[in-house]
Amino acid sequence: MASSTMAGAHDHPRGLRRFLFSTNHKDIGTLYIILGSIGGVIGFLLSLGMRLELAYPGVQIFPGLAELLQGADPSMALDAGKNLYNVFITVHGVLMIFFMAMPILIGGFGNWFVPIMIGAPDMAFPRLNNISFWLLVSSLVLAVISMFVEGAPGMKGFGGGWTFYPPLSSNTGSPGPAMDFVILALHLAGASSILGAINFITTIFNMRAPGMTLHKMPLFVWSILVTAFLLLLVLPVLAGCVTMLLTDRNFGTMFYDPAGGGDPLLFQHLLWFFGHPEVYIVILPGFGIISQIVSTFSKKPVFGYLGMAYAMVSIGVLGSIVWAHHMYTVGMSLNAQRYFTLATMVIAVPTGIKIFSWIATMWGGSISFRAPMVWAIGFIFVFTMGGITGVVLANASADKQFHEGYYVVAHFHYTLSLGAVFALYAGFYYWFPKMTGYMYSETLAKANFWLLFIGVNVVFFPQHFLGLGGMPRRYIDYPDAYALWNLVSSSGMIFVTLSLVVWFYAIIEAFMKKRLAGANPWGVGATTLEWTLSSPPPFHQFQVLPRITGASR
Amino acid sequence: MFNVNRQMLTRGALAAAVAIPATMFAGFALAQVEGQPTPGGLGLPNMVTPVGLGTQQFYNMVLMPIISFIALFVLGLLVYVSYRFNEQKNPIPSKLTHNTPLEIVWTLIPVLILLFISVPSLRLLAEQVEVPEASVTIKVTGNQWYWSYKYPEDQGGGFGFDQMLKPESELQPGDLRLLSVDNEALVPVNEVIAVHVTSNDVIHAFGVPSFGVRMDAIPGRLNQTWFKIEKEGVYYGQCFFICGKDHAYMPIVIRAVSREKYNEWLAQAKQKFAGADSRVRVAAESH
Repeated sequence: MASSTMAGAHDHPRGLRRFLFSTNHKDIGTLYIILGSIGGVIGFLLSLGMRLELAYPGVQIFPGLAELLQGADPSMALDAGKNLYNVFITVHGVLMIFFMAMPILIGGFGNWFVPIMIGAPDMAFPRLNNISFWLLVSSLVLAVISMFVEGAPGMKGFGGGWTFYPPLSSNTGSPGPAMDFVILALHLAGASSILGAINFITTIFNMRAPGMTLHKMPLFVWSILVTAFLLLLVLPVLAGCVTMLLTDRNFGTMFYDPAGGGDPLLFQHLLWFFGHPEVYIVILPGFGIISQIVSTFSKKPVFGYLGMAYAMVSIGVLGSIVWAHHMYTVGMSLNAQRYFTLATMVIAVPTGIKIFSWIATMWGGSISFRAPMVWAIGFIFVFTMGGITGVVLANASADKQFHEGYYVVAHFHYTLSLGAVFALYAGFYYWFPKMTGYMYSETLAKANFWLLFIGVNVVFFPQHFLGLGGMPRRYIDYPDAYALWNLVSSSGMIFVTLSLVVWFYAIIEAFMKKRLAGANPWGVGATTLEWTLSSPPPFHQFQVLPRITGASR
Repeated sequence: MFNVNRQMLTRGALAAAVAIPATMFAGFALAQVEGQPTPGGLGLPNMVTPVGLGTQQFYNMVLMPIISFIALFVLGLLVYVSYRFNEQKNPIPSKLTHNTPLEIVWTLIPVLILLFISVPSLRLLAEQVEVPEASVTIKVTGNQWYWSYKYPEDQGGGFGFDQMLKPESELQPGDLRLLSVDNEALVPVNEVIAVHVTSNDVIHAFGVPSFGVRMDAIPGRLNQTWFKIEKEGVYYGQCFFICGKDHAYMPIVIRAVSREKYNEWLAQAKQKFAGADSRVRVAAESH
């Protein structure tokens, strides 16, 4: 009876109460992963619509979609379809960044494993954690509503790209309320991330178990720490940036309107001061996950641990001072372009250190090719592919040939759609047995990998050719010369779609078969604290704090 | 095969897979025509300006070989470690976690590679940004969704016109869908042309791939870029910044002709466009 009173002393709600009012880091992490999966699936469906449209020259499916989704009048269907295509690209970008990658990598895996990896019972501010999550849900609702209210005159939704540049996003281009919904969605998502970042920083600085010094923390925790600092520094800038747009739109200010002495470029500078660190916010947790996995399955500690940790710190710092390389064609001065070229190229150095250190971790190891490791090796390769085209685009001179073209689309999808997503899948298959207690089918996990690996490479590699040939991005229709590679690119979506089906099936199969994973399914290489707990871990872990003595990387 | 058919909601990717080989051969059979995109093209278009040629050289001779080498090097390392250090071949892992000389090497070599890239990069950048003395200046204004051109009076111009997409129904043989326009903009060959780029409404971008030129058209700002076309011909460009529903439908056509023909055209165009289009005049005066 004594033990049951002990358990009763800790709040252990069930059912709806458990998830709606949750203050438990593992439950909130699970909620984030579910939300991120929903966001990712919607984002994927949008991209499927875009690739189907682009498979052949001419406008095929979007007029029909506009009638179907937005109730457009058949006489206006062509224009509504063109607008809807732009809405799709916008919402695809917003969803994939704010409602897929960030929730799963930071909110999901971060919440689940940062406290466990540092030997803490929970996050520092459990209630803040809860509100972070529900703010993001509200934000997603607003973002989706924006697709169905008026944006440009007579059109529904905001279709100006996820960068929201005014005047297209101000009253000149989109007088309707769709953009206001997007701005408020960004406010809520930003507030959610800022609160989350505060929570992570406090947890990591104050709640490490005895002996867990900063230089003994697993690299995943380091990556979340750097990410949280970036979020805390740059999200207020985004908030200010879009708030000024909101007042321009509704209260007669002229921050971005040249007619009143404002400047549209101010918006671009502010947006990218947030936006460039944002891409590192998305990829850094991935770096952390890959480091854990490569080390686990090579059965070796991470090569050059300190170099790896501080490479992430320097990527964070450098990533914050290179924003205007997204703006090489706006007419910046020669010296500004020189600076941003050189500063951007420097990022290749710490990134190179990370790639080589992962390979050196594998070097001399005893590598077991379980599903997470296969995903991680895939990540290293596709991220390298995205990284090297990044070196090309860093050059303001070369960028003038590629800016706002498909080469750029290929580049950032290799780093994010392949890089971040592969890291996400690697983490998912790495921690799935820990989070659920069940082992998935290794075959299905690897089938998922190969289908997605082939799929995304068929989708995105030909886009380099399109970009070199001069095809602009965000086009619903293109000159016939680009037909071949667009068709090849679209055909890759068959594999991507199949890979998603396999992924769902792998999850369902794991829950149906209920193969118990045990505390540590990965063997001697898995040295971080989560593998010392049962699978799934108890509702409250570390009633007695663990004591870290040796190196526990 | 390329019929526009709005009813075909279900034209699936499966049909795409079947059609790939057929289209591929069709694509490679067609020859490259300067100034317009090459069907199934793999690389940069043929460049016709000094800046464009510089870009082409920089990409093909410097960037492309280096990034290909790095990609293959990393791929090779991954394949090698996967083969050599898998658990069957190497059951006992080493405990190697540090090698300072190695870490210094893989920091310094990338630095050297980047320094090597930056020299031609910065030289080309200066060439792009510093506009040489121009014999012809034209002002290009982006609108939703067409381009307006203005030729200054002191250079024999004094007129302006709009450049609109030729609708599909009006295409003549030799015209290109989505690229051909009603009024081509003429410039003399082998002369420095300065282009002032701005916008009347939202942001657009003036881009012609075979010139190596891409410049944003931003309301309230007058951006400047330049090109010197070294070969007579018709050169196609498009809008390179999302500007609303018809972003894909505002192409650019520049025709480079001899000085004599250019002068003739100026005289004709002055007549043709004199007071013809009040929208352009209003647009030009508002700036």
